Amino acid sequence: MSLKMPAAEAHALERREELIAGLRAILPAESVITEEIALRPFESDGLTAYRQLPMVAALPETTAQVSAILALCSELDIRVVPRGAGTSLSGGALPLADGLLLGMAKFNRVLDVDYDNRVAVVQPGVTNLGVTKAVEGRGFYYAPDPSSQIACTIGGNVAENSGGVHCLKYGLTTNNILGLEMVLMSGEVIRLGGRHLDQPGYDLLGLMTGSEGLLGVITEVTVRILKKPASARALLIGFSSSEAAGACVAAIIAAGIVPGGMEMMDRLAIHAAEAFCKAGYPLDVEALLIVELDGPEVEVDELIGRVRALAERAGSVSLRVSETEAERLAFWAGRKAAFPAVGRISPDYYCMDGTIPRHRLPEVLSRMGEMSRTYGLRVANVFHAGDGNLHPLILYDANQADELERAEAFGADILKLCVEVGGVLTGEHGVGVEKRDLMGTMFDETDLAHQERIKCAFDPRQRLNPGKVFPVLHNCAEMGRMHVRGGNLPFPDLPRF
Amino acid sequence: MGMEEVILRPRDAADLLEAVQASLARGMALEVVGRASKRALGRPVASNAQLDLSALAGVTLYEPEELVMRAGAATPLSEILRQLAEKGQELAFEPPDLGPLYGLAAGQGSIGGAFLCNLSGPRRFKAGAARDHLLGFRAVSGRGEAFKAGGRVVKNVTGYDLPKLLCGSFGTLAVASEVTFKVLPAAEKVRTLLLFGLDAAAAVRAMAEAAGSPHEVSGLAHLPAPLARASGVDLVRGSARSVTAIRVEGFGASVEARLSALRSWFSAHDLEELHSARSRDFWRELRDVAPLLEPADRALWRLSAPPMEAPRIVTALERLGGDCYLDWAGGLIWYRCAGAGAEAGPVRAALGGQGHAMLIRASRDERQSSEVFHPEAPAIRLLGQRIKDSFDPERILNRGRIWPE
Repeated sequence: MSLKMPAAEAHALERREELIAGLRAILPAESVITEEIALRPFESDGLTAYRQLPMVAALPETTAQVSAILALCSELDIRVVPRGAGTSLSGGALPLADGLLLGMAKFNRVLDVDYDNRVAVVQPGVTNLGVTKAVEGRGFYYAPDPSSQIACTIGGNVAENSGGVHCLKYGLTTNNILGLEMVLMSGEVIRLGGRHLDQPGYDLLGLMTGSEGLLGVITEVTVRILKKPASARALLIGFSSSEAAGACVAAIIAAGIVPGGMEMMDRLAIHAAEAFCKAGYPLDVEALLIVELDGPEVEVDELIGRVRALAERAGSVSLRVSETEAERLAFWAGRKAAFPAVGRISPDYYCMDGTIPRHRLPEVLSRMGEMSRTYGLRVANVFHAGDGNLHPLILYDANQADELERAEAFGADILKLCVEVGGVLTGEHGVGVEKRDLMGTMFDETDLAHQERIKCAFDPRQRLNPGKVFPVLHNCAEMGRMHVRGGNLPFPDLPRF
Repeated sequence: MGMEEVILRPRDAADLLEAVQASLARGMALEVVGRASKRALGRPVASNAQLDLSALAGVTLYEPEELVMRAGAATPLSEILRQLAEKGQELAFEPPDLGPLYGLAAGQGSIGGAFLCNLSGPRRFKAGAARDHLLGFRAVSGRGEAFKAGGRVVKNVTGYDLPKLLCGSFGTLAVASEVTFKVLPAAEKVRTLLLFGLDAAAAVRAMAEAAGSPHEVSGLAHLPAPLARASGVDLVRGSARSVTAIRVEGFGASVEARLSALRSWFSAHDLEELHSARSRDFWRELRDVAPLLEPADRALWRLSAPPMEAPRIVTALERLGGDCYLDWAGGLIWYRCAGAGAEAGPVRAALGGQGHAMLIRASRDERQSSEVFHPEAPAIRLLGQRIKDSFDPERILNRGRIWPE
């Protein structure tokens, strides 16, 4: 592991038995995990390159237990790493050797569905798809749909502000939740928002969403549910260059059309997907676009026609429109299986997650091609084309000397490139440990300090998930100190102002 | 405060940094003002000087095909909307123009003010609030430090979501110099279905049915008869009954089809239809709280609660006198008091423990002595104050605007 996590604290290691005894007073015996063999499943999340056994793991099932556990850890001054389903691709749930791993999987109940107010109240361990399953009988659904939706939990979605293929039209997690119950590191339970819109005072709900488990532990989530669109159809459009595909995407948006989903794949991704699941993708194109339109039938039909015309004008070389629901799903099958499909043509792959202003795509793809040659590693691209979120998959073989290191260096170069062209390091997977040390390419020290002091406002002793998101673990007292400058500046109401 | 107010007018972001640093060094508290249309929103600010951002104006980036715009914080909202309209786009959250509510001319607000006060119009329940559209910003915090947050792309989870925190901070954390935000295509066509004569309970039920339909309605409001009578839209004014309005927007054929489906669904009711121009006028009235504008000396509240609670809350408010109307399918209640007194206690009691209420208009004295913002639980208040301290430890920015301090 090239990554440096915060050094283990001697006092925490010494208090292991005290922690275990305290946990056993709060939880049933089987919910306190101390044996190495039983801790093994928690040693990593979806970012499997990094592994660390936690000191102890606890599996609470009530808010009161979470509160008591966090109060205990505060008192013993022990670090805590929260974990949902462990599907994070950025190492957000990577344990600490001197820390407690707090597994939230037992919070798996849907507490209430309120169709009149169009909300569902769920525990954080309910899976993303589980929310939709709970309401689809009445024709409703929960909009954000990360690819891992069958496994990832809503608590983790809030922590990471997860997206998905439909977020261009329907928004990210942050745009689809109304309320939270959470526990602060002190053990105090607070409620933010509810079944109503907006909040008085600062938007702590917005701040919590995407805070990667550094500010509090979520114990209940109130989500917005939407009525399912009356119909959905997709177009599968092939282009002989990524420039032409990119121009088509821009033309669709410029025409006032916001598709439910708009995905792009490059040649390597198309071939891998087609070999894997025979979706019927054209193999003689450089870029493939899936454009899904959803809404009232008459609207979908009209927009299919408009998109078809725009695609032809942009120089499409192949175009199919789904005529049945089975065909629509077949168009998606290849895209949805793109990651395992790439896994099939390479022993390992490393999934990146930068976002760029969409019009920079051709340039970014061409520079990625150069990097691919320099690093001697292939890269396949799948791309949320509507919102500029890139998922380059770097193909490597961990059994070959230094290939993982090369893949990581290649990945870091891609993310730096994203920032250079006006984009960001991560669109939906989170910073975690993976992109932590790259934060300086996007934010300067002052920018970061304004974020870190928020961490200090919630958790001044930095007990909750330290070592994630921020490249340096600063002392909160130091962070808060004022360095008053400008005492000698001319009084600013002089004429020059 | 001195008799003659000191006004600092930075010309650019560098000046702004100097102005805040100098104020900090001298212990001067600043009232932060963009285009001065909402100075009467919130508690009165205790300040030694006004920080006038009006020079930090102008659209610096607009890429319609990328759905993004960047502008100086004090850029007039009217200018933003004009440029967007040229490309057939808009701000989906429909920022209200509250100037007339405070006795000012219409069209005076700034884009920064809309975000900092997190003001959203009738489409909020479908399209999100102002806070859902701010992507990034540059600002100077009360520490006298220039910093940036967020970015220019919609998909971004790099670090904490400070743009959310800025929205609704009322200038108490940082002085924004530049904002980057999401824009969206404007609808080709707008239609509004009017249902006449429903009481609040029946209206809320009808609005819930419309909101829970697949017809993607983008406006759901209810005006009782006395307020409908004051509308500038003839079909609303002339009805002599309460009006429940359902807005449908989008592509031509789609709007026709959805409206026709809604007409059949509500066929047992007495119906009327507003086409594009009248629809836009009607929803603009609701957005800008025009039905409750006069008399100007009456206190005005905005209550947000779960939509189905609205009939109960309306009944409680009616007992206090005054007038109210519903927006956001009932999730938003605008309430004008019977007199100049804010009646904060009874108004908040009407909520029955649900949601929150903000005093939007009242005399300076009322705003000084009442809790303008809904009281928060002590633990949340404490977090808020710690966040305030982290951005503005000397409390030089908009001191007292949210809490007494």
